[in-house]
Amino acid sequence: MTASSVPLGHAAGARASLELDVVVRRDAFTLEVATEVAPGEVLGVLGPNGAGKTTLLRALAGLAAVTSGSIRLGGTVLDDATAGTFVPAEQRPVGLVFQDYRLFPHLSVRDNVAFAARSRGARRSDARRHADRFLDQLDLTDLAQRRPAQLSGGQAQRVALARALAAEPAMLLLDEPLAALDARSRLEVRSELRRHLADFPGPVLVVTHDPLEAMVMTDRLLVLEEGHVVQHGTPARVARRPATQYVARLVGLNLYPGTLVAPDGTVALATGGSLVATPAEPIPPGSTDVLVAVRPSAIAVHTARPDHASPRNVWAGTITGLELLADRVRVQVQGAPDALVDLTPAAVADLALRPGLQVWLSAKATEVDVYPDRPPSR
Amino acid sequence: MPWPLALTALVTIAFLLVPLVGLVIRAPWRNLGHVLAETQVVEALRLSLVCASAATVLSLVFGVPLAWVLARARFRGHGLLRALVTLPLVLPPVVGGVALLLAFGRRGIVGQYLDSWFGLTLPFTTLGVVVAETFVAMPFLVVTVEGAFRSADRGYEEAAATLGASRLTVFRHVTLPLVAPSLVAGSVLCWARALGEFGATITFAGNFPGRTQTMPIAVYLALERDPKAAIALSLVLLAVSVAVLVGLRDRWLHTGPTA
Repeated sequence: MTASSVPLGHAAGARASLELDVVVRRDAFTLEVATEVAPGEVLGVLGPNGAGKTTLLRALAGLAAVTSGSIRLGGTVLDDATAGTFVPAEQRPVGLVFQDYRLFPHLSVRDNVAFAARSRGARRSDARRHADRFLDQLDLTDLAQRRPAQLSGGQAQRVALARALAAEPAMLLLDEPLAALDARSRLEVRSELRRHLADFPGPVLVVTHDPLEAMVMTDRLLVLEEGHVVQHGTPARVARRPATQYVARLVGLNLYPGTLVAPDGTVALATGGSLVATPAEPIPPGSTDVLVAVRPSAIAVHTARPDHASPRNVWAGTITGLELLADRVRVQVQGAPDALVDLTPAAVADLALRPGLQVWLSAKATEVDVYPDRPPSR
Repeated sequence: MPWPLALTALVTIAFLLVPLVGLVIRAPWRNLGHVLAETQVVEALRLSLVCASAATVLSLVFGVPLAWVLARARFRGHGLLRALVTLPLVLPPVVGGVALLLAFGRRGIVGQYLDSWFGLTLPFTTLGVVVAETFVAMPFLVVTVEGAFRSADRGYEEAAATLGASRLTVFRHVTLPLVAPSLVAGSVLCWARALGEFGATITFAGNFPGRTQTMPIAVYLALERDPKAAIALSLVLLAVSVAVLVGLRDRWLHTGPTA
């Protein structure tokens, strides 16, 4: 048997797309997701801890069975609760890069990467030759003889990816790929990972709770909260028009649910107060439940009520906190509505802002976006 | 340190050490070589080492799968099975020997068929020694390895499954290597227990020099006939025990607060 005939690659070259429509119940928790991922597409799954992100990956990898619904990859049914079909993990052409990598501690880097081929019955020498291609591709050749304990976090991450890719899966899953890395190597690995994922021919799912990771590495985002899809769209759109407070916090926007009360864009906010907004896209007629999004940098702070009436939105509040973020200061203001405001440190000093101070906030209507608060499509 | 505790600890240390020191002091150092060179002694030592090693191999072959089942499988009566399997740990070895006779003796429950179908006789044979030692010592290995299987990180096994490894491949290439330190520790414990086995062996296999007379039995018998020889033999077993302890020192002697 030669290296090229190592019995791998269920679908290497064959471009399968993923269709899933699943419910996974575990104790009191229910995960419900339906979506499709095209070949070569990178879907980001974003959500807070406990949202069900890892449960979703485990179901796709065959480490957990779905309670109802089905998972299809290309023409193959991987899991179908109704038909009673369940392809176990070891028979699925699915690669999974675990958050903690799970490199086998007793094997060298090379033998970790050769593991899939060995598992499928290849001779040691053939499996190693096969592994060498992937070590080379991920620039790991120099580390081939090392044990996982001798690797840095970034190197271990690359080995884990190489090991998964060497199994030549038709679909690739990554669970929080950068979570175990320190901030410095994260930057480097992120762009590198982006490149490798872009090269992968099949569907890719990247689970993350890091918005930047989600924006940089994925083509499309699926936001999960408490087991349900709350938003679905391109990273840019999710970042501009968050559907929930969780996403708004992640992308750093002020988000207010409210009711559209006037056609000029006046919105009565659920939290009290009202804002005049300019929709970036026309609001479909009949939509009265809306969301209002304001960037923290689009809000101005005044120590006295601004008399020049050019901004349409002016409201009073009390500073409850100040936080230095890199080159700006994030000011928390309690009022109707509450707001996060970004100012330069110089502005904070000029205005002598401090917690407890009464201030006035203003925002131009053109800086305030409004859009329908659709119940998320399942 | 409260002095009552310290004092009691000192007495205990003395209690544990004095007999061993006595053994060393009273040993017939001058003609030690002469005593140990006797054929019967050499045979007993050889028999002991061979039988203890064979019992350890048998325990590995049959005990490791059992440990895996106990650690991983969930079924009715699991707790009861676990208790039964570990019973030989607390059972008086003589009782074990009697039980083995009833099971594998010439007219025993299983033994009568071994005899009539295969012509295989276990009692009072070297093979009987191995069986008795395995019966008594295997639980030490099973308990040690079971704990390791239980606490082994299942994450590695999942990772192996996503890489296409069958359950058996996962067991052989991932789980076993992960528990290797416990396999070694369990084997050493098992071997040491088998080496010192007396009660079950003499009951089931008897006392035939060169065939079933192992070191502990030789020591016991020599004590009546030739006490000096008994001390010399004991010294050999003590040396073996110390060697085992030194071999395992990383596991046992460095159990400080950080361990």
